[in-house]
Amino acid sequence: MSLKRTAFYDVHVRLGGKIVEFAGFEMPVQYTGIVEEHHRVRSHVGVFDVSHMGEVEVWGKDALAFLQSITVNDVSKLSPGRVQYSAMCYADGGIVDDLLVYHMGDHYMVVINASNIDKDIAWMQNNLTGDARLKNISDDISLLAVQGPASLATLQKIAGLDLAPLEYYHWVRGTIAGQEMVISRTGYTGELGYELYFPSDRTLGERIWNAIMDAGKEFQIGPVGLGARDTLRLEMGFCLYGNDIDQTTHPLEAGLGWITKIDKGPFNGRDTLVKAKKDGLQRKLVGFMVQEKAFPRHGYPLQVEGREAGHVTSGTFSPTLEKGIGMGYVPAGNAKTGAAIQVMIRNKPVPATIVSVPFVKKQA
Amino acid sequence: MTLPENLKYTKDHEWIRVEGATGTVGITDHAQGELGDVVFVELPAAGKAVKRGESFGTIEAVKAVSDLYAPATGQITETNNELSANPELVNKDPYGKGWMVKIKLTNPGEIKDLMDAQAYKASIGK
Repeated sequence: MSLKRTAFYDVHVRLGGKIVEFAGFEMPVQYTGIVEEHHRVRSHVGVFDVSHMGEVEVWGKDALAFLQSITVNDVSKLSPGRVQYSAMCYADGGIVDDLLVYHMGDHYMVVINASNIDKDIAWMQNNLTGDARLKNISDDISLLAVQGPASLATLQKIAGLDLAPLEYYHWVRGTIAGQEMVISRTGYTGELGYELYFPSDRTLGERIWNAIMDAGKEFQIGPVGLGARDTLRLEMGFCLYGNDIDQTTHPLEAGLGWITKIDKGPFNGRDTLVKAKKDGLQRKLVGFMVQEKAFPRHGYPLQVEGREAGHVTSGTFSPTLEKGIGMGYVPAGNAKTGAAIQVMIRNKPVPATIVSVPFVKKQA
Repeated sequence: MTLPENLKYTKDHEWIRVEGATGTVGITDHAQGELGDVVFVELPAAGKAVKRGESFGTIEAVKAVSDLYAPATGQITETNNELSANPELVNKDPYGKGWMVKIKLTNPGEIKDLMDAQAYKASIGK
């Protein structure tokens, strides 16, 4: 299968982006360097092309009932203009994907991980009930994330509306650089930030990209690749599908109990989750910080008192803390903040401490 | 990407500069570019014996970790202490300030088995 490109591929190449394969797309992993791009988002403002993400519209008078049955969060709490973080589960509680649900007024939009688009749509299709219809618009949508403390000041210069009143996890329709789009105050960095949904088109895309870059020049704006996207989300303790959560993990042990509304009524996976809650969790996803100059990586074993206790699901050097940070599942009895664990780094046990996430305290 | 003509190269992307019986070792510009931002270099203490082709340390980038392999057999006489505070020197100046160790060669004849700049360039498909 040939790799896909977003409308910004030529822009990435022109900017010196190092292109890698990611979820079937040719995407930039970095431009000038992960550390510099990371700091730019924490201190100034950066732009990410996340057009590889999938978008599915849900239409029909039973759209709400369908989404209630297939996602773990309570979609009835959404009103037009609001966004909700959620997940879909299999009957055994394993996670199909984590996602965003947008209430668009007369329909909903579900935003899913690029690597899961085909799987998710098949799953949704097989679980459709009543008058609910899906429309996969993934290939028709460009998505840029503008993230960082100067993101509001940057976008306000080219916005056709006052963006300041837009609250976290809310969206509004408005213009940026004269183009009507969905402006969403969301992101996966922990910083003040926006995600912009507009029609996928190279000419339009380049025009909007350039307008944002020009507006942000005075704030030291720059492009950010997938590498820094990962270090930024991990510093916040946000889960990455395929690493920290997948079909073998359920939302409660992954620390996603806050989006899992057991009492909202029946939904896929609910019975298993109710039982898991009643029986008590066997294991929990925890964040940990490594004491030495050594960095945990995906797949490294975790030990508690010399006994194998799980493995690292995500790990990295944290550019903000300049320390090794990671996440992984450990037995629930050992999942206490402050507890000592060991990360096996190249067959050597390296001391680490369980810490509460986010690793970096931020207020998006 | 630069490849100085006066160095010898390994397939594992180290370079060695031989002066008398001592070789200075680092990683290539190509290797640092592939690794990305280097955040830690773990090097052995001076005095340690190293064997050609065997790991003598590790290099940690934000997203990846890689072993460092000795281009030649000998004894470590010096390590680049600057790298503990400024590991980014490996990215900024891979053939200069980003050097890693000096090895007193016990078998200088090994050096001729290493690649020259042209052969290394071909080996990385450039």
